[in-house]
Amino acid sequence: MGLFGGRKHGGLFTFNKDDGYLEAILRGFKKGILSRSDYNNLCQCDNLEDMKMHFISTDYGDFLAGEPSPIHTTTIAEKATCKLVNEFNHIRNQAIEPLSTFMDFISYGYMIDNVVLLITGTLHERDISELVDKCHPLGLFKSMATLSVVHNVADLYNNVLIDTPLAPYIQGCLSEEDLDEMNIEIIRNTLYKAYLEDFYNYCKYLGGQTELVMSDILKFEADRRSINITINSFGATELSKDDREKLYPQLGLLYPEGTGKLGKAEDVDQVRGILEVYSTYRSFFSDGVNNEKSLEDSFFEHEVHLNRMAFEDQYGYGVFYAYIKLREQEIRNIVWIAECISQNMKQKMNQYIPIF
Amino acid sequence: MSTIIPDGNYYDQGTYFLATIAPSTWAALGIGLSLALSVVGSAWGIWITASSLMGAAVKEPRIRSKNIISIIFCEAVAIYGIILAIILNGKIDKFLNILDPASDYMAGYMMFGAGITVGLCNVFSGICVGIAGSGCALGDAQNPSLFVKMLIIEIFAGALGLYAVIVGILMTTNSLGVTTMPVTSK
Repeated sequence: MGLFGGRKHGGLFTFNKDDGYLEAILRGFKKGILSRSDYNNLCQCDNLEDMKMHFISTDYGDFLAGEPSPIHTTTIAEKATCKLVNEFNHIRNQAIEPLSTFMDFISYGYMIDNVVLLITGTLHERDISELVDKCHPLGLFKSMATLSVVHNVADLYNNVLIDTPLAPYIQGCLSEEDLDEMNIEIIRNTLYKAYLEDFYNYCKYLGGQTELVMSDILKFEADRRSINITINSFGATELSKDDREKLYPQLGLLYPEGTGKLGKAEDVDQVRGILEVYSTYRSFFSDGVNNEKSLEDSFFEHEVHLNRMAFEDQYGYGVFYAYIKLREQEIRNIVWIAECISQNMKQKMNQYIPIF
Repeated sequence: MSTIIPDGNYYDQGTYFLATIAPSTWAALGIGLSLALSVVGSAWGIWITASSLMGAAVKEPRIRSKNIISIIFCEAVAIYGIILAIILNGKIDKFLNILDPASDYMAGYMMFGAGITVGLCNVFSGICVGIAGSGCALGDAQNPSLFVKMLIIEIFAGALGLYAVIVGILMTTNSLGVTTMPVTSK
């Protein structure tokens, strides 16, 4: 995707003409994100029915109204994601260029997950139509309607994947044979790397407030991916060091020197040593040693911090991205609390990450 | 008066050309610009504020009535332009003052200057009120205690247009005791 649509958004003086209404609606949605007092109320529930009652007074309302009791945590997660998708589509349907392209970019991340799911299903000879139900609703694409004619991976590649918006990423890195041979996680990471770099270039092209906010967020995302790939590739995998280095996105604080060193690392202590130089990431490892916070939790916390910063400024698109990510974190929090309640592990309940 | 120089060595083309433009041209341009530019500023401010206000009012309907004040402040900017346009319009006389052409020219230039002053000042004042009003609407939706403070900022922004009108009116009256305008009744 070398050339973009061509329109940039206005700055201080002209932003509101095209996107002011949608940004204001989004800020209204943002007010509905659960606050600490809401979380306190939820933590004091004894069972999931109580949680359903407490949700009524929040922005969620009676979103669990039609569900038969007893409620499961998966139902809560599904319905909450439904609400998020409704809000996303509400804004996406009214957006014009360049906001529409920006929001499409947000959905490509989920589309990659869906595509990987479809490829896995095809390789294992599953019925594709039932996989469509398992796809993430934010990442649906139009050629899903033609999935019933797909019988093997070659069909999938030629008929379905080429028609998705991810086609440039797929054509750039993968060929038909690769889908059969490569490890599925490597496919996912290759696609995600191409997507992240493209998104970053688009934000730089848009400039202004969007670039300011999104560059920080996307750089952290790239670094997080690099660190995760490194740590997951220790142990018995067939991933050589060169292959590993090819999976690191070419942006972020760690690029190019940090990723070069990470590509040669052998165990977690070496990774910690490499990250000592970067003040932001140094604390992620040291915190994990003292208290119970894992690396994943530190990543989530830092992501929430960056996304919260996006709301401090006006006249940019960063708020749209940040809202989706914060809502996702909120859904993870709700599921965590619900699981703790249903499994009677109340002492672990406070490990959710508060947002506002 | 033709615009061709009678003696090519004494005057230069530019100044002679300026001198042959009737002062009524400048006066009329001043009136038009004062109103047109003020409306540009006011309209700009209104659409900046109104889009944010409408979006924020979807989830928070209580802000609808109070934040109309921001729109009213933008509107006031256009009213300043009309005030000056009407005042200037009343001062134009249809006959040239043959006995004292200098004061005619002075009057024409001053009216043009007043029009530009008010027009350009109101453009920026209107935009400023608009951006502040947009922030006010969004902030009020999240936290009601912010409204009054943001309103004070908008009052200051609206005062910029007021300064322009004051100066414009001063430029075009003979309040200083010096006759700058032909004060003739029609």
